[in-house]
Amino acid sequence: MATIAERTAPATLSADPARLLAAARAAAASVVDPEIPTISIADLGVLRDVRLGADGVVEIDITPTYSGCPAMRMIALEVEAAVERAGCGRPRVNLVLAPAWTTDWITPAGRAALLEAGIAPPPPAASRRALFGAEAPVACPHCGSAETELISEFGSTACKALRRCRACGEPFHAFKCL
Amino acid sequence: MTTIAVAETPLVLSLLRLADTALVHSHRLSEWCGHAPMIEEDLALANLALDLLGQARALYAYAAEVEGAGRTEDDLAYLRDAPQYRNVLMAELPRGDFAFTILRGFLLSAWAHPFWQAAARSADAQLAAIAAKAEKEAAYHVRHTGEWTIRLGDGTEESRRRMLTALETLWPYTGELFEADAADRAMIAAGVLPDPATLRPAWEATVTRVFDEALLPRPADGWMQTGGRSGRHTEHLGHMLAVMQHLQRAYPGCTW
Repeated sequence: MATIAERTAPATLSADPARLLAAARAAAASVVDPEIPTISIADLGVLRDVRLGADGVVEIDITPTYSGCPAMRMIALEVEAAVERAGCGRPRVNLVLAPAWTTDWITPAGRAALLEAGIAPPPPAASRRALFGAEAPVACPHCGSAETELISEFGSTACKALRRCRACGEPFHAFKCL
Repeated sequence: MTTIAVAETPLVLSLLRLADTALVHSHRLSEWCGHAPMIEEDLALANLALDLLGQARALYAYAAEVEGAGRTEDDLAYLRDAPQYRNVLMAELPRGDFAFTILRGFLLSAWAHPFWQAAARSADAQLAAIAAKAEKEAAYHVRHTGEWTIRLGDGTEESRRRMLTALETLWPYTGELFEADAADRAMIAAGVLPDPATLRPAWEATVTRVFDEALLPRPADGWMQTGGRSGRHTEHLGHMLAVMQHLQRAYPGCTW
């Protein structure tokens, strides 16, 4: 367990809280999702808050995409390491559950990064279908055709479904709407 | 053998019942890993198991915090024996064949979905937070297992025969989902838990809708199995825990 003295940023940074906070935020935001390394945790909406605690230690809130997301511990460790490397001291990383993460928190840059990686970005949560309602159309990330079909609701990670494009024949991952 | 005695206030008991049901069901699903009939289902069942494991972890961590005895989520999962487990009996039945696994998953998630929806409005903020996440996951579970129930029920002669056998075995375990004892009633009165009677219409609607399409009969409600929520289990849970808890039992306190 680190002591407060070890956790606090060196005097050069801690003397200027605004600069410290900006440096810590930039460092935390640079961490990428270990399972989808093309997207940062900031663009994914997993990084919820970066602030200074009363004791001068950087406090960071992260939230899981799915309850069982196995990447959370890895993300917490990487955030800790990135902030410390940036000279901001060792932060306290909190796992928060509320409000529940939604795919609507993925930023436009994040959606572009997913598409770039061949993963169809999620439709907006407003279109979240009724329990047995029709699903929203998902465009193929390769050719853009809307003629795609579901292969499996569960892909290589909990947050992605497996689909196939009827136009170009390519299978692809689609980020599920949550 | 180290076992712990948890001080089961109504809230701690309620959290353990939910956590144990999620963990035990998760473990049964995880037994398919590498054995499912096709790779997509191998992934899907492992993903369902992972969602339930995540829900169980959040519930255990909260139960440990409420108990206030310095325990962790792992202590609650690994250091209680079968009589201290509070899961519904349906969750612990051996994994069976694919039809059995799908139907169990459907019957449980058709209950879990309205349960978490209601619990997301719980007077207990942490339970509400856990529920708000679990509800979204449960919707995917209902859809996936529901679609398979239809495919297998209205499938080949063999798949239908297996679904009917699974239905006959599983139906008497559905009554336990809607039980309410003194601890439940205390939590319902406090606005922490939904009254199970209010979940029944949503559960019936989902089951009827899918069974109709699957050409499966909705069995009559006869004598129902009970006991898991108060620690009276089938012989199967002990065997499952022997596997699940083996490392902690053989090497107490080991971590990696």
